[in-house]
Amino acid sequence: MSDYSYYPGCSLKGTGRPYDESMQAVFAALGLGLDELDDWNCCGATAYMAIDEVQAVALAGRNLALAAATGNDVVAPCNACWLVLTKTQGKLGDDVALRDIVCGALGATCTAVNGDGPQPLRIDRDVAVRHPLDVLINDLGVDALGEAVTRPLDGLKVTPYYGCQIVRPLATFDDQADPQTMDRLLAAVGCEVVDNPYKTRCCGASQMMIMPDVGIDLVSLLIADAVARGAEAIAVACPLCQFNLEGYQRKALKEAGLEQSIPILYFTQLLGLALGLDPKRLGLHRSFVPVDSILGRRAAHV
Amino acid sequence: MSDPHAGNGTPRIGVYVCHCGTNIAGTIDVVAAAEQAAEIPGVVLSRDYKYMCSDPGQELIKDDIEEHRLDRVIVASCSPCLHEETFRNAVAAGGMNPYLFQMVNIREHDSWVHRDPEAATSKAMHLIRAAVRRVRLHTPLEARRVPINPAVMVVGGGIAGIHAALTLANAGKQVYLVEREPSIGGHMAMFDKTFPTLDCAACILTPKMTQVRAHPNIKVWTMSEVTEVDGYVGSYEVTVRHEPRFIIEDACVGCLECIDACVYRSGKTPDEFNLGLSKRKPIYIPFPQAVPQVVVIDPDACIEFRTGKCKKTCVEVCADRNAIDFQQTESFDTVEVGAIIVATGFKTFDPIRTPQYGYGRYSNVYTALEVERLVNASGPTEGHVVMRDGSTPKSIGVIHCVGSRDRNTNRYCSRVCCMYSLKLSHLLQEKTDAEIYEFYIDMRTPGKDFEEFYNRVEEEGVHLIRGKVAQVRPEPNGDGRLILQAEDTLAGMVREIPVDMVVLATGLEPQADAEDVRRTFNITCAGGGFFMERHPKLAPVSTFTDGVFLAGACQGPKDIPDTVAQAGAAAAEALALVDAGFIELEPNTAYVSAEDCSGCKTCSDLCPFHAISFVDAKAVINEVLCKGCGTCVAACPSGAIHQNLFEDDEIFAEIVGVLADA
Repeated sequence: MSDYSYYPGCSLKGTGRPYDESMQAVFAALGLGLDELDDWNCCGATAYMAIDEVQAVALAGRNLALAAATGNDVVAPCNACWLVLTKTQGKLGDDVALRDIVCGALGATCTAVNGDGPQPLRIDRDVAVRHPLDVLINDLGVDALGEAVTRPLDGLKVTPYYGCQIVRPLATFDDQADPQTMDRLLAAVGCEVVDNPYKTRCCGASQMMIMPDVGIDLVSLLIADAVARGAEAIAVACPLCQFNLEGYQRKALKEAGLEQSIPILYFTQLLGLALGLDPKRLGLHRSFVPVDSILGRRAAHV
Repeated sequence: MSDPHAGNGTPRIGVYVCHCGTNIAGTIDVVAAAEQAAEIPGVVLSRDYKYMCSDPGQELIKDDIEEHRLDRVIVASCSPCLHEETFRNAVAAGGMNPYLFQMVNIREHDSWVHRDPEAATSKAMHLIRAAVRRVRLHTPLEARRVPINPAVMVVGGGIAGIHAALTLANAGKQVYLVEREPSIGGHMAMFDKTFPTLDCAACILTPKMTQVRAHPNIKVWTMSEVTEVDGYVGSYEVTVRHEPRFIIEDACVGCLECIDACVYRSGKTPDEFNLGLSKRKPIYIPFPQAVPQVVVIDPDACIEFRTGKCKKTCVEVCADRNAIDFQQTESFDTVEVGAIIVATGFKTFDPIRTPQYGYGRYSNVYTALEVERLVNASGPTEGHVVMRDGSTPKSIGVIHCVGSRDRNTNRYCSRVCCMYSLKLSHLLQEKTDAEIYEFYIDMRTPGKDFEEFYNRVEEEGVHLIRGKVAQVRPEPNGDGRLILQAEDTLAGMVREIPVDMVVLATGLEPQADAEDVRRTFNITCAGGGFFMERHPKLAPVSTFTDGVFLAGACQGPKDIPDTVAQAGAAAAEALALVDAGFIELEPNTAYVSAEDCSGCKTCSDLCPFHAISFVDAKAVINEVLCKGCGTCVAACPSGAIHQNLFEDDEIFAEIVGVLADA
């Protein structure tokens, strides 16, 4: 039996594949069982909640119903998914009338297929929605992580970038103004953590498509500051942050008057390297920005 | 129902319905209520009147008692908390026992909380009917008189405690002043100048401190804490624990030669009084003007305590004064006092809880209290503004409301920070000529000469920016400067201002052990954790425990003028209490009918006032200790405990009256 249910969300099956690959590999290496939810659906992202709350809660709630049936906590690595599912769980817990509507809708229209054939979907318990940062810090612990390290990333200067959605508006497992979970995990695998005063600033999110000027400015600020502080890589915990910081990096560098690119890595990719996992299993070959500097340094330590 | 007024036929009840201007009459038809009340059996007279609490209103009752031979009186008006005593006195003046009176609250419980006049009038009638049924059963009672011990204990030796102690001592009362630290003086002793007059804190405080020390009526106990309070108003028995100072107080002359003689050439221990900005030796005096002017030994730092192998140069130099005593242990004193003033002060907010401002992470971020020490001539830098990195700031940012007006920390306004920030800006500018930027949410200067001071500081060129700072972060280029980012809500733009030094205007919080202190003195805490006054407007220094008063910032954040005013008020209230020589207590005590008591002792554990003891396996209630809470009455499984003014038949009669249809 698995320890956690796994809700990947759409990003981790698309642009965020390296996050999916590296997280699964790291969890497996650390003995944390993950079981992907069967027949999961879109979380609704931030947009749906703003348009129709009841429908949005029903949509995201279906995933919670699937997770409820497993008896496990559900791990949602994408910051947006984590926030939507956490909010949804909160609304269903607080608002009995809303829960009745959503449960009615789920029971009438949705079925999950399991060994006993189709069953009416039910939300019969509260489901703890967990971010991998939360699981690694609070369930595994930095000591256990440190013990599992085989190739410490000695001296690699990494600056952690958390983005907004795991600290605002709900900071359930970390400090809202100065989150530390990623700092501590990176330090445990031997990174030299570079202080990042912009660690919870906006990455531009979907503004990158709508108002690219604004988006590029925001990414440029993050990258220029990380470079100025001497970071060799930026560690992220959200596929949208990663996409903006990496995909628009060339434009951002130009805006900042910089030339040297900087790798944008999921924190799970860095943990995986320290655990001695194959870079390919960690999706490092999918990076747009060259990561040779990282891999090269790692080789020197072998 | 048997006739309660035996010997004189049926009771003769007078009912008075008060208009309270429009407070009651605006919602309730008081004329109809009075007319209906006249119909109730036993009521011989019923009137409505504009203000029953006024002198003519009270006269009315007095005259009617005589003229109509009333033997029960009911007033339907406001809360008994407000005027029960007024009307009892009026009834007594008319020659009746004051406890044959019953008050009906048709204002707070009715007109103020209902909008529908018809329903509100109906509710008033139900309440009046209930009172009529109840008051018939009232019996004459006598108030209890207990003597008062005239001594007063003042807990906390800051400016509040000092002022209260002096006021009481000057009135001839014996005062015990208990202070936890090695010196009295509190926070005020740490300040440099005080707003808005900029007079030096030490200059105005020190004379009061020495007066305390010299006063024949004040016993000062430093390094001491109250551990237990027994007894009751007028006769509290207070136990005080004294920490060992390892110095015989009466033998030490305050020459300080032992400090020079200490085998440590320089201090190694962070100096508490300077908030760790300097170091002190194991034998030290907290600050030059300390009272008592007596040194203290820190056993955690002293070599003699740690190894037993010190040369003890301190003892050598003290010579035949023989003031040093390494064998001292904690000791206790128990004293009797009639009243207690709690003046335990505040602590400043710990800005570690606002990590966005970098305190503890960036060395040039300071709390305002640290800056008080930096600008103070007797501080760690002798008044020169030298930062932890050794430099003098050329630009300074001051951030208001750190730990105040913020749902993440404290919602309340700490009241003093705007003014002390302006004061610090003035002092810092004077001493460093730095550019100073103050970031505020709202500038709150509501005190005498406060607004003028604000204008003055503005004219002196301090930049005042209306905006809450979002973040303090270091310049990425590593020059050590700190960038303050804030939305300037007047200019409508985001500002990023690099400065050398950041000052956090940290708010005021209850002391860390306020909850323990609360329990020791049996008082209550309000929402933020500050001690709660009996009434926010009309009893601001009293507590719900008789004879325990509050003074200073332990009751809520306040500045020095307000603290001193409140300390004076607390002293006056305590004085009024103890000076009377005795007090009258409500006769609403519980009593035991011994033949029904099974001796099960259920009641004694429940009594919050330790008023119940057992004699010959029967409960006995100490009338003086009993506060009439009724807990034992309700708990007694045999129904053996009764309570004056709350007899079972009185309460049932009241219930029947409320529920009766007409």
